[in-house]
Amino acid sequence: MVEEWKFTTKDIAEKPDLFMSGHRACAGCAPATVLRLVMKATGGPTIVTEATGCMEVASSIYPYTSWATPWLHTAFENAAANASGIESALKILKKKGRVKQGQVDVIAFAGDGGTYDIGIQAISGAVERGHDFLFVLYDNEAYMNTGIQRSGGTPHGAATTTSPAGTAIPGKLEYKKPIADIMVAHDMPYVATAVPYYWRDLLTKVRKGIEVNGPAFLHVLAPCPRGWRSDPAKSIEYSKLAVETCVFPLWEAVNGQYQLSTPSKVLALAPQKKKPVRDYLQGQGRFRHLFTPQNEKLLDEIQRLTDEKWQRVLKKCGMAQS
Amino acid sequence: MKSVVKQEVLALNGDEAVAYAAKQSDVDVVAAYPITPQTIIVEKFSEYVANGEVETEFVCTESEHTALTACLAASVTGARAFTASASAGLALMHEILFVTSGCRAPVVMAIANRALSAPINIHADHSDSIAERDSGWIQIYAENTQEVYDTIIQAFRIAENQNVLLPVIVGLDGFTLSHTLENVSVLPDDAVKEFVGTRQLPSVLTHEGKTAPFKLDPENPMSMGPLALPNYYFEFKRQQEEAMKNALTVIQQVNGEYAEMTSRSYGNGLLESYCLEDAEIAAVCLGSTAGTMKAVVDELRAEGVKAGLLRIRSFRPLPVKEITKALEKVKAVAVMDRSLSFGGNGGAIYHEVRHVLYDGRVHPYVVNYIYGLGGRDTSPSQLRRIYEDLQKILKVQRVENPIQYLELRE
Repeated sequence: MVEEWKFTTKDIAEKPDLFMSGHRACAGCAPATVLRLVMKATGGPTIVTEATGCMEVASSIYPYTSWATPWLHTAFENAAANASGIESALKILKKKGRVKQGQVDVIAFAGDGGTYDIGIQAISGAVERGHDFLFVLYDNEAYMNTGIQRSGGTPHGAATTTSPAGTAIPGKLEYKKPIADIMVAHDMPYVATAVPYYWRDLLTKVRKGIEVNGPAFLHVLAPCPRGWRSDPAKSIEYSKLAVETCVFPLWEAVNGQYQLSTPSKVLALAPQKKKPVRDYLQGQGRFRHLFTPQNEKLLDEIQRLTDEKWQRVLKKCGMAQS
Repeated sequence: MKSVVKQEVLALNGDEAVAYAAKQSDVDVVAAYPITPQTIIVEKFSEYVANGEVETEFVCTESEHTALTACLAASVTGARAFTASASAGLALMHEILFVTSGCRAPVVMAIANRALSAPINIHADHSDSIAERDSGWIQIYAENTQEVYDTIIQAFRIAENQNVLLPVIVGLDGFTLSHTLENVSVLPDDAVKEFVGTRQLPSVLTHEGKTAPFKLDPENPMSMGPLALPNYYFEFKRQQEEAMKNALTVIQQVNGEYAEMTSRSYGNGLLESYCLEDAEIAAVCLGSTAGTMKAVVDELRAEGVKAGLLRIRSFRPLPVKEITKALEKVKAVAVMDRSLSFGGNGGAIYHEVRHVLYDGRVHPYVVNYIYGLGGRDTSPSQLRRIYEDLQKILKVQRVENPIQYLELRE
């Protein structure tokens, strides 16, 4: 295992941004914060590729760019395929002496649509082939770029424009796909979850994912105030609440071995600190319809499912409560 | 003048010829997915990789969509990239075909032309690549296995030319060429390597104001495949059209240079005229059918019939001036289409050749023959009947039925 990366806040503050300001993301966009943080954790020359989506569109309006590092976008479903091609080219060109740099890292970014849904085939293939790259999923839990349509990453009960809260159907009936577990099931060397609030945890995981030999997958929950119908000032706070309510536990799986990360480990050791899911859901317009007398039972169901999922995570991490 | 290089004769089928040419062309990255009748290309290339005969990164992808994406990404990282596909595989690549040409990535792809489903059919026709005619790829169709080998080598030179920078499809008819063993004269490895060279990258101005090679390079960051809104998108597309125009010259140049080295050329590279100088009746076709057609023309010529053939080698870019000139004295033309444009009043080649002829001084009679769909055999006797039809048209001085289906139960 590689030596753990040590960094101070000053190091990070002083490191020039590779994802620069001036992009066209909305106020309070957590994905933009996530991208900036991820790029703060790069260790050397890095090539970035992005799936079509909010971040791609907001950062590359010709003739401007927010990228101070080489960047490629080709289509929606193929960020991992781009990474496969870039990594393969670097490998052979290095061998033939046509790439100067010793090591060039490759990072692929995609939203939940480009990961859970349309992008899953390319990711699964790239991971099976063992390309050395980090895939970062910025999960804002719906197709936000096209106007808030439900995806495989949209949580149960959330209202989107294609799973509206109607009088007959109260938002999305289906459940969020366990994408990170699906990636662990690929027997890949490194999978982790992160949120921007716990930025040190996020940066550490990015660096680990970059340094590991072979594919790495980082699932980052990234609140979207437009799509979540939430206060733009509270995006980072919601990412904290998602962890505190155990809606989004933080863990990493190194060679398939699950391990809770500190912010979630604290809750495992002191369960009384775990907050009710209502604290997380409240204030998010996409869940507003749940806070009505006729849908109250759905809130209870979400709490029950969250608890069950948390127990499963604890079990995988060897911390199940008896 | 360069002297002709000594060559070796190998027995190769079309797919093997593609793989052999790609092997000699010092390809950096091959990303591919199997599909009949292209699979032998991937299999053969895998053998070269397994035996250490090539310095190539071979990516065995999970789909054609990823195969082309990986080639495109490798190409913009500075690598020479190659892939092969057919039919449904090419259709799955459809989206990325446009992205590849739009990113100006000179990927070369062999297409073992095959029918599209439904019903499913693995045999030859041109529906797959003709359906992609507007995707911004150069399309060159080969007549025989020798030409397949030669064209793959030429394709890298054409694609990577700095005035072109466009991806190239080399079409070879499924089974008829892909699986048929022929004697192929192959060049020594070093001759091909010298002809193709190492991939050269054009210099471009980066957003940081530096001049740098056009590739993803941490030393000179560039953003590729950006969002271009209505204020810029159109200019990007116009540049691709200009590159196609440049390709008309480059294809001829490469054909000429290749001829110096091998003593083999294919017309002027864009099209091949066969007995057209004094022809009164002529057919126009792509691909392997031209071989059969030439035999029929020989037969007719021996009988004193002034028959000729125009084989379009470069369908994209379409050599408009050259077609006009080649057919300027012909009085009746049969245009052969091995694909259908449903509801479009004839096939694509017919539409295009007829449109070209409109600019000619004399307008010949033009008739369209849809033929060989799903691999239906096209025999010399059938093709002979086409010329007989043209003779009849000249006799009655009119075209009764401009859209004909060859050897079809109706």
